[in-house]
Amino acid sequence: MRIDITDRDRAFREEVRAFIRDRLPQDVRDKVRDGSLLTRDDVVDWMRAVSERGWMCPNWPEAAGGPGWTPSQRFIFEEESCLACAPGPVPFGPQMVGPVLLAFGTEEQKARHLPGILSSGTIWCQGYSEPNSGSDLASLACRAVRDGDHYIVNGRKIWTTNADWADWCFALVRTDSSGKKQDGISVLLIDMSLPGVTVRPIERFSRMSDFNEVIFEDVRVPVSERIYDEGKGWTCAKYLLGHERSGTAGVGLCRQRLDRLEEIDDGRDPEFSRRIAETGAALEDLRWSYLRMVAAKEADDEIGPEASLLKIRGTEIQQDVMELLMEAQGYFAHPFIERALARGWNEPPVGPSEAAGATAFYFDWRKASIYGGSNEIQRNIIAKAVLGL
Amino acid sequence: MDFDYSEDQQLLQESVQRFVRENYSFEARRQLVATEQGYSDAHWRQFAELGWLGIPFPEEHGGLGMSGVETMVVMEAIGSGLVAEPYLSTVVMGGGAVAAAGSEEQKAEILPAVAEGKCKLAFAFAERQARYNLQDVEMRADAANGGYRLSGMKSVVFGAPTADRFVVSARTAGGLRDADGITLFLVDKEAAGLSVRGYPTADGLRAGEVTLDNTPGDALGEVDGGLPTIEEVVDRAIAAVSAEAVGLMGTLNDMTLEYLKTREQFGQPIGRFQVLQHRMVDMFIAHEEAKSMAMMAAMRIDEEDADARKKAMSAAKVQIGKSARFVGQQSIQLHGGIGMTDEYAAGHYFKRLTMIDRSFGDNDYHLRRYAAL
Repeated sequence: MRIDITDRDRAFREEVRAFIRDRLPQDVRDKVRDGSLLTRDDVVDWMRAVSERGWMCPNWPEAAGGPGWTPSQRFIFEEESCLACAPGPVPFGPQMVGPVLLAFGTEEQKARHLPGILSSGTIWCQGYSEPNSGSDLASLACRAVRDGDHYIVNGRKIWTTNADWADWCFALVRTDSSGKKQDGISVLLIDMSLPGVTVRPIERFSRMSDFNEVIFEDVRVPVSERIYDEGKGWTCAKYLLGHERSGTAGVGLCRQRLDRLEEIDDGRDPEFSRRIAETGAALEDLRWSYLRMVAAKEADDEIGPEASLLKIRGTEIQQDVMELLMEAQGYFAHPFIERALARGWNEPPVGPSEAAGATAFYFDWRKASIYGGSNEIQRNIIAKAVLGL
Repeated sequence: MDFDYSEDQQLLQESVQRFVRENYSFEARRQLVATEQGYSDAHWRQFAELGWLGIPFPEEHGGLGMSGVETMVVMEAIGSGLVAEPYLSTVVMGGGAVAAAGSEEQKAEILPAVAEGKCKLAFAFAERQARYNLQDVEMRADAANGGYRLSGMKSVVFGAPTADRFVVSARTAGGLRDADGITLFLVDKEAAGLSVRGYPTADGLRAGEVTLDNTPGDALGEVDGGLPTIEEVVDRAIAAVSAEAVGLMGTLNDMTLEYLKTREQFGQPIGRFQVLQHRMVDMFIAHEEAKSMAMMAAMRIDEEDADARKKAMSAAKVQIGKSARFVGQQSIQLHGGIGMTDEYAAGHYFKRLTMIDRSFGDNDYHLRRYAAL
């Protein structure tokens, strides 16, 4: 047991900093810092710059195009990206579909889809939740009926983040409803430009960017786009939820916001300073829990249900940080000029420049304890799979 | 001790609740707050006709001469329907300041006009550097030709875009954070050098940054001795938003409970899961605790002893803040994805509750004030 901070890590951190400094446009950096809305181009252009450097898919094996980083290098990359206010990538390709393809896809499927993910030429979304299947995901009803070399897909997916930006969708569909609900689910990769695919934006009350409803009407998807066996999609889904839970739990994002809070805090309210410090300490714990539980174990690719712990604490701490940042604005938490969150608004802000974004982020981040398996569901997983209750 | 409403209070409650039922469907409210003005002149006229705009004012000035309890009744209903008209800024705060500190002439000129719906007020007390500190006042007022000229800026003035007159705190003596040397002024919206940069607030209401540049104002109340009035008015606002928050939480809890009973996952209503039952019970408890404090605040707001009143209002604000935060956050959590959408009402109630917590002093502020008194 030891903490390794090697010269190699220090040099790597400098390398990451230099890369971001050289390649990240100032206006995008400012938008991320102030919590303004990002366009698809803001995000995807940055993803392509990262891809060009070969750093898009840090969790992939080197042979598949990963950079061959150690766990601590991965951590450093994400942390530096957040501290430098780089946009987060659309995660569904590099962090979700990619690993599933690597684990379950055929060689042909890998050859077809992995290059686009590595280069960020293809942006992905994830078709999981449905209006009547949220926490009870396995009850999903979106139907895929076999017709020769195709499946005909009909149904609705909801809360689909980035569906409006995506070229492809990784969707769970029902191919059989005769048995247990977990059986009869299959995974299809669906080209979003196919006839019969409709994306309808759903506004959030935070007025931050949308999530979407995706409607499939008689969409013909080639059978060659089915991952793994028909009816065995739940295995892929569970594998993927493990990956979704084992992200770095937003440590870098929280660190960036806490740094900003420490800058803003003038010390006139010692109780507020104490709460910032308390959240900072909790974040330190999260970082070390991540390193202890996930990074160190990833060598054997076994991400256990304890990853749920990181999702729970990660989102709780993110929400605490967002709340503190809003509280720091005092009365300036009130003004909400929606146009001020968008590109091209150049009137002077009302109050501090980050005020409008701080309130919107606080509201928007309530989603974090809901998405990716609600925190209640994560606690069920720990109760059952870890504690045996 | 009696926690029941009198017959008159019950009638008032029924009348406000009926107004909310008939005019404030969630869809109607959404459309209303999306308009330029953000509320309805027709509603305001109706408030005037029903006497609500004169509730706390003396009868000789066109009011109904009622107590804090009647204000609570109105504000709770305002909360239950997310009513957007500037009742708080005009009647409770602006009107409260004039009623508390105005000369007989000032009261006679302004209060009947407010009660008749012909004059809207805004209470401009907050400043950018001040956070929640009421005596941190940079706005300057200098004596000139028998009157005063004001220069400076007031921030996040609720109801500013449609106010006819402003009650403005300004420094006439002393240093930046001195308790003495602050004076209140009445300033007309047409006065030279006054400008308002209006904007919507996160909860869909309206506020503005008010800039004064050598603007004439009439002193309201004692020169250099305005702070006690500012504190009283802000305490009245606390009592009022406490009741509003109780109304907001009531609707939000009803909505969430209904969802728990009807939303099915894993083959049963999600309200059958014990973890969600206990959460909902805690939300119920939070609402009940808030109700007790809102009633206490309504009954003690007219107390003579200012320190006792301030301590009581701080205690109320702390509990309201805690309850509002818990009920707001958990109502979204229990709804899941649908709770995050703009077309569902829960998020809008949560936003107003959150903004109440961000007004008139947050928990840290009121815990400090409570401890110091």
